[in-house]
Amino acid sequence: MDFLDRFSIPPHDDPMLYASIVAIGLVSIAIVAGVTYFKKWGYLWNEWLTTVDHKRIGIMYIISALLMLFRGGADAVMMRLQTAVPENSFLNAQHYNEVFTTHGVVMIIFMAMAFIIGMMNFVVPLQIGARDVAFPRLNALSFWLYFAGAMLFNISFVVGGSPDAGWTNYYPLAGTEFSEHVGVNYYNWALQISGTGTLMTGINFIVTIMKMRAPGMKLMKMPMFTWSALITNLIIVFAFPVLTIALLLGTFDRQFFTNFFTTTDGGMDMMWANLFWIWGHPEVYILILPAFGIYSQIIATFSERNLYGYKSMVASMVIISLLSFLVWVHHFFTMGQGAVTNSIFSITTMAIAVPTGIKIFNWLLTMWKGKIRFTTPMMYSVAFIPLFTIGGVTGVMLAMASADYQYHNTMFLVAHFHNVIIPGVVFAMIAGLIYYWPKMFGFMLNERIGKYAFWNIVIGFCLAFFPMYITGLNGQARRMYTYSEATGFGPLSMLSFIGALLLAVGFVLIVYNVYYSFRYAPRNVGDDPWNARSLEWATHNPVPEYNFAITPTVQSEEAFWDYKKNGYKLFNGEIKDIHMPNNSGWSIIFAGIFFVFAFFFVFHVWAGVIIAFLGIIGCMIYRSFEKDDGHHIHKEEIEETEKKFGGAE
Amino acid sequence: MKLKWAYLAFLTGIAGFLAGCEPLLVLDPKGPQADTTANVIWISIITMAVIVIVVLVMLTVILLKYRASKQDPDYEPPHIEGNKYVEGIIVGIPIIIVAFLSVVSTISTHQVENPPAGYEEDEPLVIYASSSNWKWHFSYPEQDIETVNYVFIPTNQNIEFRLYSHGTITSFWIPQLAGQKYAMADMTNYLNVVADEPGEYFGRNSNFNGEGFAENEFAVTAMPPSEFDSWVEDIHNTAEPITEEKFEELLEPGHLGQMAFTGTHQAFQPAPEGENSPHNHGPSDSEDDGGHHH
Repeated sequence: MDFLDRFSIPPHDDPMLYASIVAIGLVSIAIVAGVTYFKKWGYLWNEWLTTVDHKRIGIMYIISALLMLFRGGADAVMMRLQTAVPENSFLNAQHYNEVFTTHGVVMIIFMAMAFIIGMMNFVVPLQIGARDVAFPRLNALSFWLYFAGAMLFNISFVVGGSPDAGWTNYYPLAGTEFSEHVGVNYYNWALQISGTGTLMTGINFIVTIMKMRAPGMKLMKMPMFTWSALITNLIIVFAFPVLTIALLLGTFDRQFFTNFFTTTDGGMDMMWANLFWIWGHPEVYILILPAFGIYSQIIATFSERNLYGYKSMVASMVIISLLSFLVWVHHFFTMGQGAVTNSIFSITTMAIAVPTGIKIFNWLLTMWKGKIRFTTPMMYSVAFIPLFTIGGVTGVMLAMASADYQYHNTMFLVAHFHNVIIPGVVFAMIAGLIYYWPKMFGFMLNERIGKYAFWNIVIGFCLAFFPMYITGLNGQARRMYTYSEATGFGPLSMLSFIGALLLAVGFVLIVYNVYYSFRYAPRNVGDDPWNARSLEWATHNPVPEYNFAITPTVQSEEAFWDYKKNGYKLFNGEIKDIHMPNNSGWSIIFAGIFFVFAFFFVFHVWAGVIIAFLGIIGCMIYRSFEKDDGHHIHKEEIEETEKKFGGAE
Repeated sequence: MKLKWAYLAFLTGIAGFLAGCEPLLVLDPKGPQADTTANVIWISIITMAVIVIVVLVMLTVILLKYRASKQDPDYEPPHIEGNKYVEGIIVGIPIIIVAFLSVVSTISTHQVENPPAGYEEDEPLVIYASSSNWKWHFSYPEQDIETVNYVFIPTNQNIEFRLYSHGTITSFWIPQLAGQKYAMADMTNYLNVVADEPGEYFGRNSNFNGEGFAENEFAVTAMPPSEFDSWVEDIHNTAEPITEEKFEELLEPGHLGQMAFTGTHQAFQPAPEGENSPHNHGPSDSEDDGGHHH
């Protein structure tokens, strides 16, 4: 039984863990039984699992992101509960370490990344008037690789043990000397697989945006979200290879006894920290730039005005993308590299505040002289401005190297990055989801429930994270599973816990809103429920498979607005047959084999690794010789569909 | 919106209350290095508060003035491309603020990386502080003593802590005396610390290093030099010598109380500096690797 022993979780005296294993088992069985009972396997396979449609892939990304949000959110509530009172014994140290590690990885890699990539998938081709992305099959592969990575990471705590060295995974703590069990192997392989998918997405979207824009849409006439997506994907293509290599070196260290990051035989533990943040800081902008893009769309729509300072918005994103590669050292000012190096990185870091400030003022000036409607997406955007400003200025405070010696590794830092990521990325994604919901599903989410959720989330956010600034300045280090009463962190930590609960209520309300609106919302919302401005609103809700019956011709960055108000003509010509790519099960099978490969690799089961590797090669050979010319949607069929929506233009 | 402002006022109230009844450690410095960082923090808080207030005021005014419910239903917002003077202001003012803070940051970083003003010429008291899971070992080479999990220092004297680790990366931090710095296995870092007044100060490892991280603390006691000398005398009279065997035992993962020994582990397990640096590949570049820079 020695062989099977490796798959058991390390000794844990925590009943919570076993309870969650049982819960996961039951939910999985319920899902399989449910799909079987309703005879939906065929539908699921044909319409979703094998799809290459960018809209469906986008929706699958977003559903996965929401699932991960609840996984990571449960971790968050557990952490806040454990630290709500001094000397609490709800979680022990080891379990707490696993929980904050998975919270970080799940929220950044599997929640936020999936959410922004899902949003780009759904919106970008529509915004540029394309039928799909440049490489639809590759796009499906990106999604399934991400999904395989996410699943691999999530089974770690049931099979073999979760990673426990923090989401930053610093060596030598993450090396075999201090973290013997397979947790960090999971980290390496889960991030490796999903990172590969992300890199493919980067290439795919750069090509899509550069080559597939509708006639007339010059670069400086692209809607702002598409601009943000272009820049984001450029950052992805430059940043992710660094992560790939760093993870590979870590894998060599842990599984093949090399010494890249060890403390002996010439290894350098700080090398990991450097490589990690050379990827990790651009990663922050990979998350935030699409959020900026979403806010630009929403604020313009609900102020009923064009985006102020379009050119400076684009310029500031370009500058941010360049600077994002020049600041990584600020994550470890305390490493001892001396005052000169720290001063240089301190200045480059603060410099990012300038282009970011331009964007904040441009959004304010977009609302100026506008006609502001407080819909739910707009309320998130309005709350974003002051909250993100607070997060941004505390970032400038952290950028001052001398002061950072006091903030580093404290709750002040934790407060800061949640203060940028939650109002920045999470609010944007919720706002974007509500804004594009009718485009995805053909009905609106309920505004009243949406606003209840909004207030819970905003108030919960402030209560959960503002107290951490204070306890951080009072000497509370991050990642401590408990503290003594004498420290005085108790009352504020309790406040944080209450905030976390309010946040949780807010997210549950969002899910309830989906259920409620699915059952009761009217289905006749029309094609332009928000009185929107950019090109994606020129087609129907929900969007038909082929996106636009006739490829639009564009004359400005607010093509749809100019069509509505200024009589510009969008659709010239007549309906013709449309060529579309075929669905294929290849992507999900390929990613599934990758999952098996990585799983065996985690556990050093070399026979399994070799067999799966042959499978991967086999898939690639099959794909190389496969002939798939796609199919045509015929003119009559399109006319039929258009008639149902109330006629083509 | 009203709810939100009431709520922000409530939070500010709490912050004020807490700040009022007990000063926060980082903002209650007891030595020149921590004093410098506390000043930098206050300068940045005030500067940043101005920015937050400007944004909040602009946002409030705009939301009140331009909301749809306040306006004529026929009002059609204008198309405005942008204005080079306005954009000049929103670029220019942030650049001035960032330039100002850059100067503050550069000067203060150089200050805290060097011995504090008035102590530049003095010979510092050297204490090696090394971490192991989950303890701190303090070696006093001149006094020839070693302590575990506590450190006594004389007041008004520059202490040069030489930081390194017997394993994971840790961060040596005494919030009221100076900002933190990493302790790592393959190089030695230097931290200058001066305590102005006698007292007990809280110190800890702030960098996550596994299961025993939360309790990875140490106590710092600052005392007049005469008391310090008699404490050293005491250790020499009462403590056992540290042996290689004993030290290996101390390095075992776990928590220990406070301990004192005569002799230091530097004799048989020297710090990774100079010729003992693992990245030292010969005498020619020993100045670059683990060399001591001021």
